[in-house]
Amino acid sequence: MTTFAELPSGFADKVLSAQTTFRSVMDAMARPGSVHCIASASGTPPGVMRGTAAIALTLFDHDTPLWLDPRMAQAPEVEKWLKFHTSAPIVSDSSICSFALIGNAAELPALDQFSFGSNEYPDRSTTLILQVESLREGLAFELSGPGIDGTTVLQATIEPLDLFARLAINATLFPRGIDVVLVADDAVVAIPRTTRLVAEGD
Amino acid sequence: MNAPTYNFAYLDEQTKRMIRRAILKAIAIPGYQVPFASREMPMPYGWGTGGVQVTAAILGRDDVLKVIDQGSDDTTNAISIRKFFAKTAGVATTTSTTDATVIQTRHRIPEGALHAGQVLVYQVPIPEPLRFLEPRETETRRMHALGEYGLMHVKLYEDIARFGHIATAYAYPVKVNARYVMDPSPTPKFDNPKMDNCAALQLFGAGREKRIYAIPPHTSVVSLDFEDHPFTRYRFDAPCALCGAGDSYLDEIVTDDKGSRMFVCSDTDYCETRQSQGHRGSESAAPHKERAHG
Repeated sequence: MTTFAELPSGFADKVLSAQTTFRSVMDAMARPGSVHCIASASGTPPGVMRGTAAIALTLFDHDTPLWLDPRMAQAPEVEKWLKFHTSAPIVSDSSICSFALIGNAAELPALDQFSFGSNEYPDRSTTLILQVESLREGLAFELSGPGIDGTTVLQATIEPLDLFARLAINATLFPRGIDVVLVADDAVVAIPRTTRLVAEGD
Repeated sequence: MNAPTYNFAYLDEQTKRMIRRAILKAIAIPGYQVPFASREMPMPYGWGTGGVQVTAAILGRDDVLKVIDQGSDDTTNAISIRKFFAKTAGVATTTSTTDATVIQTRHRIPEGALHAGQVLVYQVPIPEPLRFLEPRETETRRMHALGEYGLMHVKLYEDIARFGHIATAYAYPVKVNARYVMDPSPTPKFDNPKMDNCAALQLFGAGREKRIYAIPPHTSVVSLDFEDHPFTRYRFDAPCALCGAGDSYLDEIVTDDKGSRMFVCSDTDYCETRQSQGHRGSESAAPHKERAHG
């Protein structure tokens, strides 16, 4: 049995680490497709990348129901760590969660399993935190939308392979939709619901 | 020192988390007003409590803060907010538009072009552009949901019917990313074109009304108008009396009780930078005048 004393640590400096992490995520959200580095260090439970852990410690609290995919839920330390450091309730119904942590992106559930928000309150939607293999090399995704001057190219190795095809639903649903934060180790890229795939290639 | 010690940038961490989540949603849905649990701040509503909360939530150790009120760095509101963050966050402050990383503003957008590393935080009194047309929140929310903005065009049309032109001079409604109609806060409509395709991130905080909204960089912001009555900027037809600028937004200053007046740049940093570069206006002090008087 893991006791709390054996849990991986949180931020050494809660205030400033949360601030720098937030600014990285905010810059990522404001400039979709651009890669931002999370410098703040914390302990990480098994299967949780550094970037994911920092985002959890920065944005989660008792107001944000979380949903964990089977991979994340596998190791009991993850749930214990999240509960201890963030007090966020872990829910089994993905359609009511504020954030969904996806450890095994290849088996990302259908997006309509999550909340798109309503037309009156499109902010009441799920933000996906998707752990992927690489945000520096791989396929080239040409993106456009608010926050992007013309188009930008994201080089990434992303599962599920049809992620952007699935996210095309955001164009139909807008202002409802799903915002995605991709995490690979300490790198983050945000794909808010306004970002569109222009082209895809090697 | 007997001064109470505050958390970094005054707000507690729980509040910052809540505001930060609202900011992320606001950026993801450009122009949509995200409700947030606005806190009481140590200043009255109307003095920028929304802007202050947004600034407090984003501000970090390395930031350089500039605060302007009607374009001016040296008015009471601007100075007290700058001092507030110098005291509670220990951040560097500046009056230079180019050196600042975070600029909190009331009622103006700086004249000089903003760059990619900057965040512009607006203080907003009434975030809902439809509020004076439809007082019910349930109705305005539905109008936004449906993208039903006919009422706003009727309002602008009534301006034309009554005055012959669109008489709205400030808080001129804009459409963000071809979807949400948004109140740009009471900036003069002269500033509206600066919001379009701006390189900096623009965040809006309304403390009393408890709303946060945003315009990501490089996002289309179009002022509402009609084909036969296109949007026009307005500025007094005069150069700045201090720096001679012919392109800046001007304040009218009454200089006596006989109707004399002068026009000077509303953006003090822009005006001072131009003066230091040697630009002179009709009312400029002669160089070294003070020294001549001993």
